Amino acid sequence: MAAAGTCGTGTRSTGSMVAAASTNNVTSFQRRGPRASGADSGCSRLVSIAGTRPSVRNGQLLVSTGLPALDQLLGGGLAVGTVLLIEEDKYNIYSPLLFKYFLAEGIVSGHALLVASAKEDPADILQKLPAPLIDDSYKKECDEDVCSHKMEPDIKMKIAWRYQLLPKMEAGPVSSSRFGHYYDISKRIPQELIETSKWHGFFLPEKISSAFNVESCSLTPGYMKLLQFIQNIIYKEGFDGSNPQKKQKNILRIGIQNLGSPLWGDDICCTENCDTSHSLTKFLYILRGLLRTSLSACIITMPTHLIQNKAVIARVTNLSDTVVGLESFIGSEKETNPLYKDYHGLIHIRQIPRLNNLIYDISDVKDLAFKLKKKLFTIERLHLPPDLSDTVSRSSKQDLAESTKLLGPGCGMTAGGKKHSSDYVGSSQDLSFVS
Amino acid sequence: MFPELNNLLNTTPEGAEQGKLTLLCDAKTDGSFLVHHFLSFYLKANCKVCFVALVQSFSHYNMVGQKLGVSLTTARERGQLVVLEGLKSAVDIFFRPQEEPHPLQFLREANAGDLQPLYAFVRDALEPVDCGEAAWRCPVLLVDDLSVLLSLGVGPVAVLDFVHYCRATVCREWKGNVVALVHDSGDAEDEESDVLLNGLSHQSHLILRAEGLATGFCKDVHGQLRILWRRPLQPTTPRDRSLTYQYKIQDKSVSFFAKGMSPAVL
Repeated sequence: MAAAGTCGTGTRSTGSMVAAASTNNVTSFQRRGPRASGADSGCSRLVSIAGTRPSVRNGQLLVSTGLPALDQLLGGGLAVGTVLLIEEDKYNIYSPLLFKYFLAEGIVSGHALLVASAKEDPADILQKLPAPLIDDSYKKECDEDVCSHKMEPDIKMKIAWRYQLLPKMEAGPVSSSRFGHYYDISKRIPQELIETSKWHGFFLPEKISSAFNVESCSLTPGYMKLLQFIQNIIYKEGFDGSNPQKKQKNILRIGIQNLGSPLWGDDICCTENCDTSHSLTKFLYILRGLLRTSLSACIITMPTHLIQNKAVIARVTNLSDTVVGLESFIGSEKETNPLYKDYHGLIHIRQIPRLNNLIYDISDVKDLAFKLKKKLFTIERLHLPPDLSDTVSRSSKQDLAESTKLLGPGCGMTAGGKKHSSDYVGSSQDLSFVS
Repeated sequence: MFPELNNLLNTTPEGAEQGKLTLLCDAKTDGSFLVHHFLSFYLKANCKVCFVALVQSFSHYNMVGQKLGVSLTTARERGQLVVLEGLKSAVDIFFRPQEEPHPLQFLREANAGDLQPLYAFVRDALEPVDCGEAAWRCPVLLVDDLSVLLSLGVGPVAVLDFVHYCRATVCREWKGNVVALVHDSGDAEDEESDVLLNGLSHQSHLILRAEGLATGFCKDVHGQLRILWRRPLQPTTPRDRSLTYQYKIQDKSVSFFAKGMSPAVL
């Protein structure tokens, strides 16, 4: 599979690309009237920030999560002033990817970054970010992957014929307006991009010294320090508009890794009834308060599968704005299920916020699976509801192994017509109501 | 406010009842549309409203209120509306310690005590002032929502005490109304939330419960609303009348219909 060194050109054209990235973005669509839940000052000025665009629905300012497919599922992007919570998969293999995409998107769009981790030095995290792809190279990647799948390109699908008519989940870069970018995971981001970017790092072992005065507040010291650090940066750099000297017209992207894990000093993943049980929820509440009054967006990855107390997970979900859960197939019985053999896991959009509105943009697709290809992380639809028209004929005896050969590029298939469920409403995969 | 919901509840802004505790509850769905309804309803009914907004920022409620026909900023300037913005106040009190007691004082304490300062704030906001100007109809306390207080470390008993104090003052003494939203955790085994919900359900006159559909997500029917009238004021009316409707939330209103009678199905 000749990668054809297309991404090497990225280093040469870095300067032009950064310039292109900052002059790209918003369409001429401008909505009059009061703006987002961020800073109340200046409506039309906010539109001119690089790497953002107003939402079609309510004029909310959006930033890209770094993964255009995920942007589409979240209704256009992540709203400025909100928290995106990623529930980590069991072995924490795929959630760092989403984390890195978010940060890489910030670097490419010229946003300021704040990276907080208790496990890894933020400087190391930034070194491992994926390299951005330019348009031609992305198309080549797509074509190569498609070719590798199409072993028998001329066989028309007999059972799953509807899949042929469906477009894939993600929009190609040609059609998008450069609001989101595509990245190559196999390559590192060029050093020049990191150096020209403005970033702040919070590495817990460095910040927590042995002699600190513990204020009698029920936040663990790690969270306390992190909140103070974030508030300091927001105030000093002027992201909340309060500093008259520094009227910052840029977005601060905050990334917090593995929040809630024992490395942060929190027992919530270890025991069911711990002393600091309200520490995490208090932290999230105050963090959201900080975000709502500043031009920033935050991504948090949290190992919710480790939290023993289910009530805490429900509270954490209620206190976050957007919640996305990753479920990987590694180690579970789904790994050997032929239905899932093309995918690495499922992705659940558990919550999308209603901001400035009674309604929200919720995608109809509930069965979503992700796949980590050699260079890209893709999100695709897994099932389609059965066609309820009378003309569909289903052969009663269908060997499952044989039918999977008829799969088109990257599409799953419902196991052949066993029963005709005519009262099928909603999805089979996820029965919980997404609010 | 949603005219259809007013019809279902048999109320109008002119003839709103007084001295009632209304409990809004949601299970597996988002019941915040009920908060917007009651906020705009009581503002249109010319009542003095104290709004404890702990979940979203003021501009969010303002923008939705404008779609429903009330302007929260105008109401606030006129003195009809007093808002406690939870998110903003939490940041203020956390990073800049205040001298005088702040309504959200419990955020700074390790063992969250009681909600006494919060109650004092509500009392000061809704105290009927005896001056010759146009008096508001009745004081109303609206809380969105009480479950956040549990997440912030306040015990369920403290929250119940707070509601009890508010009810005694606002409902009994001043003949006003109290409306509060609580999340039902369902099968998440949240004992504190269950204690709070059961305690409040017992005390309230009217319960509106928004539930997600049991069959899962549906584009045309967003959920089901159960209305339960408890403690009827006249002894002759039957006890505990209950109605169930399904609803669909639209841009500026919510449409209600009987179960299974969604326009998409018919």
